[in-house]
Amino acid sequence: MTPALRAPELMTTPAMLTMTAVSRRYGNVVALEEVSARAYPGEVLGIVGESGSGKSTLLRMMNLEETPDAGDYRLSLPDQPGNLFDLDRFARRMLCATRIGIVYQNPHLGLLMRNTSSGNVAERLLIAGERSFAALRSRARDALDASEFPLARMDARPVELSGGMQQRVQLAKAIALEPVLLLLDEPTTGLDVSVQALVLDTLKRLQRDRAITMVIVSHDLGVIRTMADRVMVMRGGRVVEEGLADQIFQDPQHEYTQQLVHAKL
Amino acid sequence: MTLVLQVENLTKHFQMHHLGQRLNAFRGISFTLHAGEFLLLRGPNGVGKSTLLRTLYRSYLPRAGHVWYHTIEGRIDLATAADVDIALLRRREIGFVTQFLIARPRVSAEDIVAEPLRRAGIAAGEALEEARRWLAEFGVKRDLWRAYPTTFSGGEQQKVNLARALILPQRLLLLDEPTASLDVGARAALIRRLAELKAAGVAMIGVFHHPGDVAGLIDREMELTAEEVADDVAV
Repeated sequence: MTPALRAPELMTTPAMLTMTAVSRRYGNVVALEEVSARAYPGEVLGIVGESGSGKSTLLRMMNLEETPDAGDYRLSLPDQPGNLFDLDRFARRMLCATRIGIVYQNPHLGLLMRNTSSGNVAERLLIAGERSFAALRSRARDALDASEFPLARMDARPVELSGGMQQRVQLAKAIALEPVLLLLDEPTTGLDVSVQALVLDTLKRLQRDRAITMVIVSHDLGVIRTMADRVMVMRGGRVVEEGLADQIFQDPQHEYTQQLVHAKL
Repeated sequence: MTLVLQVENLTKHFQMHHLGQRLNAFRGISFTLHAGEFLLLRGPNGVGKSTLLRTLYRSYLPRAGHVWYHTIEGRIDLATAADVDIALLRRREIGFVTQFLIARPRVSAEDIVAEPLRRAGIAAGEALEEARRWLAEFGVKRDLWRAYPTTFSGGEQQKVNLARALILPQRLLLLDEPTASLDVGARAALIRRLAELKAAGVAMIGVFHHPGDVAGLIDREMELTAEEVADDVAV
């Protein structure tokens, strides 16, 4: 059964992120099939699905780490760069470094583990052209502080930090340049429950104070329920259902979403 | 009188895939609601009163019918409107008051109450002052204002919940048994606030276990009967 039909949007503010008909195959395997997604300014879009549903592939597309076989991807930016998939490698890297922040489940993907924490954050600022040592240091400090990282440890290397603290360094790096889009790939998976709650709380505060647009991918429905305004449910590279978070959890329409919601402890 | 809501033939059932079954909630409900009007929903337990409120709020997706919500800019069908538009209306115009507080870890009572004002663009200091005024009005003790409601008793949580839900006047309020588990003082504060909002033109639809609590506010009653609820159908 298909979800009930929804009328076209009336909201006058344009979407911050618009992805249209994105498809990707690896050989015979369908990773994404005609996936479209939108995220609006200041909202949190949650993407749920089991392993292999395509949710992480979709997030990597949003971070321009991968190019699809077909599809269109736009961000609402003043310089209107068009379809971001058409940008060359250099333009992509620049855009990702300055406009998009990402926090990975695995901190090794986002951080240089043997560089200092402040140095990891400053690296972002260097890309954007900041050269003054004092400014680098104070801006890195501000970003770490906003991520609720204990500043006494800002010169510790991530390899010496706990999992929760490593995620805060990743977050500080992600928000250092005040991106328009923050991507979160299972940001709390593998952390202790108490640490997980604290990291999610930091994200909530950032979202409230800076009205940053976030996309969070998780297989943990509790995380999605805490964070998301709207939810997309993916399976086999397709979107099977999307809706307001409370509707997805209280009145799931698709058979798969019902299974997923009812299986939650 | 200004029309706020025009509900036409609203029908809701739940498709339960794992049972291969359809559970009917209600069907063919129609009514209208004007600014400043208070509509009481009546009927026995399980007849679908709360389900109707949740369907109007779009926590539940309607199966058929229309929920025309009238604004100055025109009307919008809440039954089919895009999720993002519903999210926006909930932030600005349509409120839902339940007996349950969704407390978040490490967020104080006064911050939770101030949040709707902050989101509406009111400065932090002013929002906090107003939040404290409402916490006092609902009888939350001063030494609890900066504490985390996750640790409060059910009754105290409910007061925080009401202060948050009613701090920012909206155009349409859906009330799902807000007086349950309230002490006398808080109940009186709630009735005072509802009367004030009603006088300011807020339209309300409510489900109350003891309608006597709000007897002075009720303009109209609508009885939901089992006739609107057809037998469960296997499909």
